[in-house]
Amino acid sequence: MNGQHHSAMVTGEGFLMAQVLLTLPFIIILAVYCTALYTLKKKQQNWPLHRSIMFFTGVLCALVTVVGPFAHWAHSNFIIHMAGHLLLGMLAPLLMVLAAPLTLFLKALPVDSAKKITFILRSRPAGLLTHPVITSLLNVGGLWILYTTSLYSMMHEYVGLHIIIHFHVFVAGYLFTASLLYIDPTSHRKSYLYRSIILILALAGHGILSKYIYGHPPEGVPVSQAEAGGMLMYYGGDAIDLMIVFFLCLHWFRATRPRSSRSGGVETCQTV
Amino acid sequence: MAAHTPSAEGATYLSRNLWSGFLFGIGLVAFLDETVFHQLLHWHHFYDKSTTNVGLVSDGFFHALSWFATIGGLFLFADLRRRNAVAMKRWWGGILLGAGAFQLYDGIIQHKLMRIHQIRYVDNVIVYDIIWNLIALLMIIIGVVLVRRTRHGNGRGRG
Repeated sequence: MNGQHHSAMVTGEGFLMAQVLLTLPFIIILAVYCTALYTLKKKQQNWPLHRSIMFFTGVLCALVTVVGPFAHWAHSNFIIHMAGHLLLGMLAPLLMVLAAPLTLFLKALPVDSAKKITFILRSRPAGLLTHPVITSLLNVGGLWILYTTSLYSMMHEYVGLHIIIHFHVFVAGYLFTASLLYIDPTSHRKSYLYRSIILILALAGHGILSKYIYGHPPEGVPVSQAEAGGMLMYYGGDAIDLMIVFFLCLHWFRATRPRSSRSGGVETCQTV
Repeated sequence: MAAHTPSAEGATYLSRNLWSGFLFGIGLVAFLDETVFHQLLHWHHFYDKSTTNVGLVSDGFFHALSWFATIGGLFLFADLRRRNAVAMKRWWGGILLGAGAFQLYDGIIQHKLMRIHQIRYVDNVIVYDIIWNLIALLMIIIGVVLVRRTRHGNGRGRG
């Protein structure tokens, strides 16, 4: 099919190395999560099962895209690549954020270590990395650079780029989701309205890029694949963003519940 | 909460009914546009070669806004319900206003000026345009009438 997609990197040892290096962080984080679960059990503390399930599913979604046949197909087929983007950069981060891993780790760690971690989270650099504007730029801005410059075709030739970009897509996706949905303890908090506006703008940036890809295929991508890939990005992104919107609104709804009439008002309201 | 006099709270709820409807109206019409005209009828095109850049940006922004507005508007409605403050007529006024305003923007600015896509790819598209925008105007007029009639809180009904 396409000459440059079959460079040495795809079939050679380079691609194997990329798979190993991209798998490793997820295996490690999975092991840490399981250890934390075990520690909590020994402490006889409870941890909701649905959170663990979401974490495992999230890691699975990410792993599928960076290792095995899927990763191979994604190399020569833009539609598969785009499905990979949705899984690695959007769905896996969302599921993992909803699993509240930080809460679990803080519960499992000894108090001293947990305090150190919260200290780090309160620091300025941590605040920058969880600022919605910065995470949106890292996430959506990164995608714009990837698909509108020659970076996308270069990614298929250089193992290093392949690894960095895939890692970036996941990390940026996670920070983006975590900066909008406060499931874990968050120190540099922004108001609901602020986060909503940023979410709408980021969503718009994602949608515009999808249609742009439809009309302007990235370097080395056949028109038919760019069109199908762009549409997949558009509607798939919608589906996942819909969940982020839902949870953000749900948290907002809960935070603004009528407090003064809690004793009587709510019950009468529900009987209507 | 204690600082709120009953009338001030009532005014807040009146505007919240309007906003909830307005947001949901935008979301509803955008959702119908997507399901009926894009997916079912295949009249609208996902991308049109004559789309201007500003059209692409506007389309992306309003698409994102409408997604948020659908869910946000419904959560606002749920909030009014739990406060027992739903003003049904006013809410409907808001819906028609939001739906009409968005459809008019879509029909005149986005379809015609920014050329994101046409309603249908046929010869006499002007007929479709006129009907499209007339419906939008009609929704706005009914919406305005409903909202004006309920501005003093007489639009309250059980939710």
